[in-house]
Amino acid sequence: MPVDWIWGLAGGLMIGCAAALYLLGNGRIMGASGILGGLIDGSARGFVSERIAFLIGVIAMPAVLFALGDTVDTHATGSVPLLIVGGVLVGLGTRVGNGCTSGHGVCGISRLSLRGMVATGFYIGAGVLAVVALRGVL
Amino acid sequence: MNRLVMALLAGALFGAGLHISGMTDTQKVLGFLDIFGEWDPTLMFVMGGAIIPMFVAWRFTRGRTPLVGGSFPAPPSDKIDAKLIVGAILFGLGWGTVGLCPGPALASLSYGGSSGLIFLVAMLAGMVAAPPTRALLDSATA
Repeated sequence: MPVDWIWGLAGGLMIGCAAALYLLGNGRIMGASGILGGLIDGSARGFVSERIAFLIGVIAMPAVLFALGDTVDTHATGSVPLLIVGGVLVGLGTRVGNGCTSGHGVCGISRLSLRGMVATGFYIGAGVLAVVALRGVL
Repeated sequence: MNRLVMALLAGALFGAGLHISGMTDTQKVLGFLDIFGEWDPTLMFVMGGAIIPMFVAWRFTRGRTPLVGGSFPAPPSDKIDAKLIVGAILFGLGWGTVGLCPGPALASLSYGGSSGLIFLVAMLAGMVAAPPTRALLDSATA
C-alpha cells in the first residue's frame, strides 16, 4: 500500500535524525546492538548511563504512543523454538559482526563505509535465505 | 544540554521512528526479505529515509567536535574479516527467522507480548555468547 511507504519514509527520517543527534551531540554512533550489547558483555567502559538513557527512550516512546491508542501488532511468531533460535542468532551475529541494521545499515552506509555496506549485503542476503527456507519448511 | 538528555532524546526519536515506520511489525520486515513472494518495499524507504539526515550529519562532523566535547568516531576501517562476514550472516539468518532486529525488538517491548519477551531474552543470551565466538573466529583465521 502506498501509505505504508510514506509512513516508512517519515519514520526513516526520524531514525536518521535520531542518529544525527546522537552523533553530533554525543559524538557516538547510534547502533542498537552496540549500545545494548556493550552493557550486556561489560565492554561499555564509561558511557554506561548514556546507553541506559538511550535505551529508556527507545522502549518508552513507543510505549507512550501505544498507550495513547495507536493500534499496533508485531505479528511475531508464537513458536518458542523459532523465537529462541532467531533471538540467539540476532544477538550473537550483531555482536560478532559488530553492528546491525542501525549501526552498519544507517550509520555505516551513510558514511560510505565499506564494512557497513558489505555487512548489510550479507545480512540482507542471509535474511532472504532464511525467509525462503522457512517458507519451504513451514 | 548534557549527554544524558541528548541520549534520551535520540533514543525516544529512534523508538518513535521505528514504531511509526512499521519496522516493529515483523510482517513488513519479512515481506521485504521475501523477494520471491509479495515483496514489501517499506523497509527500503525506512533505510533510505534514515540515511539522508545521517549523510548530511557525517559531512557536518568535518573540522568540528561533538556538542558535549570529545571527538567524533574515527574514520571507518576497511577491514573485511571473518567476524564481519560470519556475524552478518548469523544476524541475517536470525532476522529472517523472526523479523526482528535489535532496535525494533526493544521498541516493541511494550506491546510485543510474550513473543517479544522471549526473543529479547534469547537475543541477550546471544550477545553474551559473542565475545568467546569472536575469539574463536580470530584464532581460527589467524
